[in-house]
Amino acid sequence: MDILFLLIPIAIVLVSFATWAFFYSVNSGQFDDLESPAHSILYDDDDEMIPEEARLKTTQNESDEHNHQK
Amino acid sequence: MSSINRACFHCATPIPKGIKVELNIEGEQAAFCCPACKAVTQTILGSGLDQYYKHRAASQPDRPSDQAYNEQLSLYDSDSIQEQFVRHVSDGLKEATFVIEGIHCAACVWLLEKHIGSQLGAESFNVNLTNHRARLVWNPETAQLSQLMAAIYAIGYTPHPFHPNKEEQLFEQENKRALRRLGVAGVGMMQVMMMSSALYLGDAFIMEDHIQTFIRWTSLIVATPVVLYAAKPFFSAAIRDVKTRHLSMDVPVSIAIGGAYIASIWATVTQSGEVFFDSVSMFTFFLLIGRFFEMKARHRTGMAGNELANLLPASATLITDEGDTLVPIADLKVHDRLLVKPGHSIPADGILFSERTSIDESALTGEPLPVSKRLGDTLIGGTLNIEQPIEMEVTRTAKHSRMSSILNLLDRAQAEKPKVAFIADKVASYFVAAVLITAIAVSVYWWQVSPEQALWVTLSVLVVTCPCALSLATPTALTAAIGSMRKIGLLVTRGHVLESLANVNAVYFDKTGTLTTGQLSLKETIAVNNTSIDELRSLAAAIESRSEHPIANAFTPYFSFSAEHSTNYVGQGIEGSIGQRTFRIGKPDFAMEISGLQPPSLPKEAGICLLLADQEGALGWFIIDDQLRPEAQRAIQQIQQLGLQVGMLTGDQATNAQRIAQNLGIDRFEANLSPEDKLARVKSLQREGEQILMIGDGINDIPVLSGAQTSIAMNGATDLAKTSSDVVLTNSNLQRIPEAIMLARKTRNIIRQNIGWALLYNLIALPFAAAGFIPPWMAAIGMSLSSLIVVGNALRLNSH
Repeated sequence: MDILFLLIPIAIVLVSFATWAFFYSVNSGQFDDLESPAHSILYDDDDEMIPEEARLKTTQNESDEHNHQK
Repeated sequence: MSSINRACFHCATPIPKGIKVELNIEGEQAAFCCPACKAVTQTILGSGLDQYYKHRAASQPDRPSDQAYNEQLSLYDSDSIQEQFVRHVSDGLKEATFVIEGIHCAACVWLLEKHIGSQLGAESFNVNLTNHRARLVWNPETAQLSQLMAAIYAIGYTPHPFHPNKEEQLFEQENKRALRRLGVAGVGMMQVMMMSSALYLGDAFIMEDHIQTFIRWTSLIVATPVVLYAAKPFFSAAIRDVKTRHLSMDVPVSIAIGGAYIASIWATVTQSGEVFFDSVSMFTFFLLIGRFFEMKARHRTGMAGNELANLLPASATLITDEGDTLVPIADLKVHDRLLVKPGHSIPADGILFSERTSIDESALTGEPLPVSKRLGDTLIGGTLNIEQPIEMEVTRTAKHSRMSSILNLLDRAQAEKPKVAFIADKVASYFVAAVLITAIAVSVYWWQVSPEQALWVTLSVLVVTCPCALSLATPTALTAAIGSMRKIGLLVTRGHVLESLANVNAVYFDKTGTLTTGQLSLKETIAVNNTSIDELRSLAAAIESRSEHPIANAFTPYFSFSAEHSTNYVGQGIEGSIGQRTFRIGKPDFAMEISGLQPPSLPKEAGICLLLADQEGALGWFIIDDQLRPEAQRAIQQIQQLGLQVGMLTGDQATNAQRIAQNLGIDRFEANLSPEDKLARVKSLQREGEQILMIGDGINDIPVLSGAQTSIAMNGATDLAKTSSDVVLTNSNLQRIPEAIMLARKTRNIIRQNIGWALLYNLIALPFAAAGFIPPWMAAIGMSLSSLIVVGNALRLNSH
């Protein structure tokens, strides 16, 4: 069981990292508004960020699906 | 007419007949209720933000479109006003926070951020959906603040500059600190529990000594920040309470946490006894959760109050030799000449300099009908000018006005408000004393029987009796209940409401605006000759359609067409022509003038009687009155069924009051009361031992709202009435009041059950702990179970 002497300290290091990350997010105001970020993912306002090729593919896939349905 | 449905594309209100405002959107005709809505849609589409109409959850209610608003915004460009809420950030940029009125869903946030963020001069714009606040950073060299605010207004939202007061900033810091503490305690608790389960199992099976010692040491390392950082508020509160000789829950909590922690360190160093690191971390976590709930509820209620307090800086139009200028009310001086437009409130006490007008004084006096004023009459600041633009001279500035004398009364009433006794506070002090005495008795007993065990047994008594469930009992129930209250339309703004509402034994209503709608509506139509009622109504509506007078609103439901031509005779009535006929509606003598006949005798009904007549003679009477709210009667019956007294206090005349009281079955009522009288009545009732719930809306109700044990303001109430009351009834539905009283009673029962259960658990566990039968793991399980039961019981309030 001597592996515990390695694993438990690693766990403590990970926990301190998690705590640091939590402090950082609280201090930078990420917990101030818990409602709107959940919605923002649903907005299709990032069209210009989709690369050209991917755009072509999605339209093709969509038309494929249409064909299948027919 | 096109085949589009008859709701406005932008605001979704029904489109009035005869209005044709249309816009071609991607090949489809969209209809609008007014040119303003069309303009908003054009702005939105023109900025490429057409997705707004896809994302919005529900259409917004309409909003008074006010051209003067944009003029008023220019006030915000002056440095003296900006000083109050604008901060300077680096590179000459400025930053301000706004409370945005009209945000309903995430689509609003999206629209605002995209639209304002793309304005010239706006550096950044972030909107918080939870508290409806927005932070704007802009460059004062490229854009005026008023332009950006006008841009917000142009897309349908109203920005109110927000100055975070000291209290607010403290709230934010406290919130972040509490979150960090909760995080440390939560993470620490999970780690320590994991290692403790190894130790529990190690007791049952065989664990090598050096591994056990190692696990104890690591538990110590993880538990240390939990005790020293997360549990710090308990220790500082306990020290404060001991100093002021006041026993609170924090005292036994601190003794349990501190004692168990120190004893566990001792056990770890000397490799003896038991370690309680798991219990210590778990206590801290559970207790912090309870505190966190409590703080959230307290902040939310505080926040609602804060938002109400941030009103537009009131302004007045000053008449000077160089022309009219808009000035803040605070700058007004005695003898200043002001211009007040119809629909605006009188900025200060003064004298009327115009021929005549009518003034709505209902907020001050409770009299629902407009009062007509003539040259030289006094005007009271805060009342509403309704008929036409007037000139006035200031006689008393805001500081000395009638309004501020009412405000002084408000401060006094608040200071003298009877205190509500909280159940939990009463229980806590007895409980704490009992725990401390038991712990001392147990330690003395064991010291004599077997000194080496005394410390451990005393510790386990303290650990077992740690009032975890007890301190969760009230905050969880209150949080759940406040959430339920909000769902049924009551915004709780003070913490004591749920406890005081459950104890109420008399409910007093204001009349105008509370039991009645406060708006004039058509009560009865009486035909004089053979014209049908429907025709009379649509004729009257046609003539009144261009009038701004509140009486005209009473006819809007009957509107079908507009008169071709109409003239307003102030204080008399309106003349209008439809086809070849000329009509007059208004005072009987005025209406009959065009026919030269004698007016028929007045009908007996109460209210304002208007006569409609043409050249041939009288056509019909219209009785206009302030209508009762449709649900008022049922609401009052329900309150009476709950065993409560119902009364009415009004500033209106006795005859009106009596009629309404009889209609509603209210036996106790008083009329002709000034704001001071109302407060005095409630105070004398309170001296007789009554627990009073007061419901009101006007400025004249403010002192009594803050003086009653519990008070509810209607949604249409003046802002000051809302801030000085404990609850705001957001949907103005009186039937919510008996529901709220029942919910408060249910909450009181749940709190009692919770406290009872927590005490019972401690009572059962105590003898076992005192006898030394409870190992640390059993104490931990018992504590979590009892806390979970309390929380689960409180959540029943949500399923209302």
